[in-house]
Amino acid sequence: MIKAIPKPIEEIIENVKDCDKLLIAGCDGCVTVCEAGGLKEAKILASALRLYFTQGGKQAQVDDTSLTRQCEKEYLAQLSDRIDQYDAVVSLACGCGVQYLAEMYDKKVIYPGVDTCFMGVNEERGLYSERCQACGRCILAETGGICPIARCSKRMLNGPCGGSDKGKCEVSKDVPCGWELIYERLKTVGQLDRFENPTVPKDWTTSRDGGPRKIVREDLRI
Amino acid sequence: MRLQYPPNVRIIEVPCTGKVDINHLLMAFEVGADGVIVVGCLEGDCHYMAGNLHAKKRVSRVKGILDRVGLGGERVGMYNLSSGMGGRFAEIVREMTEKIMELGPSPIRKATGTALKAAGEVAA
Repeated sequence: MIKAIPKPIEEIIENVKDCDKLLIAGCDGCVTVCEAGGLKEAKILASALRLYFTQGGKQAQVDDTSLTRQCEKEYLAQLSDRIDQYDAVVSLACGCGVQYLAEMYDKKVIYPGVDTCFMGVNEERGLYSERCQACGRCILAETGGICPIARCSKRMLNGPCGGSDKGKCEVSKDVPCGWELIYERLKTVGQLDRFENPTVPKDWTTSRDGGPRKIVREDLRI
Repeated sequence: MRLQYPPNVRIIEVPCTGKVDINHLLMAFEVGADGVIVVGCLEGDCHYMAGNLHAKKRVSRVKGILDRVGLGGERVGMYNLSSGMGGRFAEIVREMTEKIMELGPSPIRKATGTALKAAGEVAA
């Protein structure tokens, strides 16, 4: 899932300090799971902003809501009958949701309320780590289910490099060497022979090197 | 024990401090509370394993929010007591009341000119 962290409230205040009517729009999708932008976070931010405005002597209206998903028009439409009354909307969705909200309501000022970080897993509550960089051509079958693009700091296709030391990456002692993980995993599943065939150069056009990407599934479209 | 502590304290009972949410604490300030203390069981003694530790984290986050929005994080605090520490409870309430007296009324109450409202009035 997409992982995000709440933006510092000072940054949000700087954006909205001149607004009189404000809507905090959470998203019930990924950002709810990592506790950065769901309904509860929307309520916390709305409450904090009400306290900020009131203590400054300003009577501002700060409402909160949460949409099922902000990356789908059908759910964004839930705001259509009331978005006009607000000066601006702070979206707590990931970057996709913020952009789609701004796209759908093109005359409305939309501010982001979270910093979108990566696609990752929940190791435990409050501890999330990256697992996928959406390169568009999955090679997990060849690397024992561990992605060298996301897990190796250099995104090497044939590792490890000389910076690997006792299973740790030279970038930080807290970062496991992705290729050490791949080696151990392939050993466990009896596929170490994969190391005898170097991975061929990767076609990066399916990643960001090909510009903004789009999926067209004619089998699904009507 | 007949312990005396200031009468201007409103006690809200919860089954465990783990039930106390960030939004509950912020709402108390929105309705005009000058200060809030969360009093949980001693660390390591939570009947629900980690309720008081969750509360500690939440109080810490609320402190940060209050600092950033201009109310001051010192208006909220977390204490850990056992049910046999009534004397210490009264002492903490006195200390907190004195601290709040020094800080003065909450800027929210000063700005709105209202006395402490019932939480339901704001939530409605």
